Amino acid sequence: MIDFLNSIIVLLNFIIIPGISYGSQLALGALGVTFVYAILRFANFAHGEIMSFGAMITILFTWFFQSQNIGLGILPTALLALPIGIIATIILCIISDKFVFQYYRYQKSVPVVLAMVSIGVMFVINAIIRIIIGTETIKFSDGQKFIMKAKQFKVMTGLNEGLALKSSQVITILITILLLTFTFWFLQKTKTGKSMRAFSDNEDLALLSGINPDRVVFTTWIIVGVLACVAGTLYGLDKSYKPIIYLNLVLPIFASAIVGGIGSPFGAVVGGYVIAFSEIMVTYAYKKFFVYLLPSSVEPTGLVQLLSTDYKFAVSFSILVIVLLIRPSGIFKGRVL
Amino acid sequence: MKFERYEWLAITIMISLFIFVGFIQGWSVSLVILNMCIISAIMTMGVNISWGYAGVINFGVMGFLAMGGLAAVLVSYPPIAESWQAGGRGLGISFALFIALVIAVMYINKTVIQKRNRYILNSLIIFFGILIIRHFYLNATHNIEDVNPAIAGFLGGLGLPIIFSWIVGGLFAAGVAFVIGKIALGLRSDYLAIVTLGISEIVVSVLKHEEWLSRGVKNVIGLKRPVPYEIDLQNADWFINFVTYLNSSKLNNIIDVSDRQQVLNNLIIDGSGIFVKLSYAILFLIVMLIIFYFANKAQLSPWGRMMRAIRDNETAANAMGKDVVKQHLIIFVIGAAIVGVAGAMLVTLDGLFTPSGYRPLRFTFIIWIMVIVGGSGNNLGAIFGGFVIWFSWIEAAPITTFIINQLTIGLEPTNALKLHLLDSVPYFRYLFMGLILLLILRYRPKGIIPEKVRHS
Repeated sequence: MIDFLNSIIVLLNFIIIPGISYGSQLALGALGVTFVYAILRFANFAHGEIMSFGAMITILFTWFFQSQNIGLGILPTALLALPIGIIATIILCIISDKFVFQYYRYQKSVPVVLAMVSIGVMFVINAIIRIIIGTETIKFSDGQKFIMKAKQFKVMTGLNEGLALKSSQVITILITILLLTFTFWFLQKTKTGKSMRAFSDNEDLALLSGINPDRVVFTTWIIVGVLACVAGTLYGLDKSYKPIIYLNLVLPIFASAIVGGIGSPFGAVVGGYVIAFSEIMVTYAYKKFFVYLLPSSVEPTGLVQLLSTDYKFAVSFSILVIVLLIRPSGIFKGRVL
Repeated sequence: MKFERYEWLAITIMISLFIFVGFIQGWSVSLVILNMCIISAIMTMGVNISWGYAGVINFGVMGFLAMGGLAAVLVSYPPIAESWQAGGRGLGISFALFIALVIAVMYINKTVIQKRNRYILNSLIIFFGILIIRHFYLNATHNIEDVNPAIAGFLGGLGLPIIFSWIVGGLFAAGVAFVIGKIALGLRSDYLAIVTLGISEIVVSVLKHEEWLSRGVKNVIGLKRPVPYEIDLQNADWFINFVTYLNSSKLNNIIDVSDRQQVLNNLIIDGSGIFVKLSYAILFLIVMLIIFYFANKAQLSPWGRMMRAIRDNETAANAMGKDVVKQHLIIFVIGAAIVGVAGAMLVTLDGLFTPSGYRPLRFTFIIWIMVIVGGSGNNLGAIFGGFVIWFSWIEAAPITTFIINQLTIGLEPTNALKLHLLDSVPYFRYLFMGLILLLILRYRPKGIIPEKVRHS
């Protein structure tokens, strides 16, 4: 019985909790990509950099608050700076729309051209971030680091295995729940949300019904800015901030959005967790788990690892390819908000 | 073929840029830039063939380049007999088993008709098949990687002249492109972009971590050159005579014998470097011109016309009886093969293979900027884009330094802002690239040298 509990704790500690927090970050990112895809109808390659930009502004203001000795006690100071980061990210999104994307929208350019344009935007934002903050790895989480340390848990329960709970993980999960609830409530219940859904379903019909496209696009960018900044900051808070990581994060995010069914917000969230869990589960060495569960005579000798952790990144893409082959429209048939 | 006037202008600009740099920064720098420009131009032509001719998007440039680089290693590196002894058999067995697995899956797909049974059978056989293969494979690779890991630890290559790898690199890339195309070409263009981008990441991560094959992040260095080494040139009589002959008037003016020898030695050392780079440039130029010739021929042929028809209206072309799926696959593979050739050439030029150096920003997106800026659908445009963008990529740093120094001329040399800006000079090139792309897409969406509209 104790062994069984121990094995469960191993899974919780190394797969489930990291999976949920990483999945939440991916889900928020994928939701942003999905919004752009459903309303503006292009694959936004700049999304990773937008996330990075939001995180960068948050870090800058975190430093400012820290230097002024303003803090939140046990909570990280970054939470205080987050609203400022969100506002800056929204401004960035709206500026990039006004000066870049709007033109092509009025021209009714094909999606591929807009994707190219987003690559240009990606380069520009990328350069701005590197010029402002450099390329170093930045750790900016402060306050209480752990809610529960592995040792405390061992003492508390008397089990062999510890269960560590980082405060950044709990914050990530709580904020994600909050933000997702709000987004879905907004889409389903408010008038603006309904008009956005109508717009993504059938643009011409929506225009005929008197929905103002500029207003819909404006609202979309606001939502995208909020989601991107929060996702970027949470990722940086949980791991650490490094500009190059966000470029690499674009691919798992796209994978999540497509696996879930691109254009479907619920699908994007599910896709985020699917990608996160498969990345972690496929590359985790299950030796410890089986050692507890199986009798010592049949204990595994190897690491019981499907793929080495080097391939973490490839896993999300293999899943994307498999899903596209078997069910091209994704898990939840997408294209409509 | 005949060039228009503005095309001659473009060619003149390209050539004069290098002459300009040659006089300002020295011929060595100019030739280094020229070599990379030619390789970039070949990559750009590869992408341009699939995107410009047929509208098939290929964001997997980085992966195909890496495959070309792998070919350079596998062709030119001398074989390592101990590694083959240590793990050759195990690898052979696992490879044979893998083929057997593929055949089994294909057989099941053919014979089992009910869909659910097929999925279950397939997943079972793949799961257990992989478990068995892994056993042999991991043992073999482990053994190989243990053979003298400081200098070897991989299978080595064939030990042939590296120039063959340019063709092999094309074939490797074509093979990978065939698999990718079979899987993904049915997708819509923006999905295809994401999928090819992802698969290229997978290719690079395989090269990074399968050390038995490519030595992984430990890098392969010291690949043999197709051109002479500087040190050999400096000791070769004919080269010394050649340099003396070229500079005879200058040397004759120096009367003192030891002074004259000193000047001659310097000239020989400089000359050997330039000679090596020039030989590379000539080799690359030949490849570029061959590809350019055939690309143009193909574009003007009935096949090229069919490709344009497919690009402009897929449904209509399909209705006319053109096999769109097959032609898309063909052109995707051809484009990838050319990129693979460029990849092998890149490794040949560097003389080393560093899998971790393949990054999408540098090797996929920049190439796409070259295509868009140069003009998709026009081969000369592709070459022009490759030259201009690579040139500005390299020269962005000195220009930025100059501009920052001019703008902050009133500030003290120790001013924090000035120092910070000067520190971040390398990142301004990304800003330039992004701005160039955005401006071109906005004001000249067809590129600097647009595709010629043909009414034939």
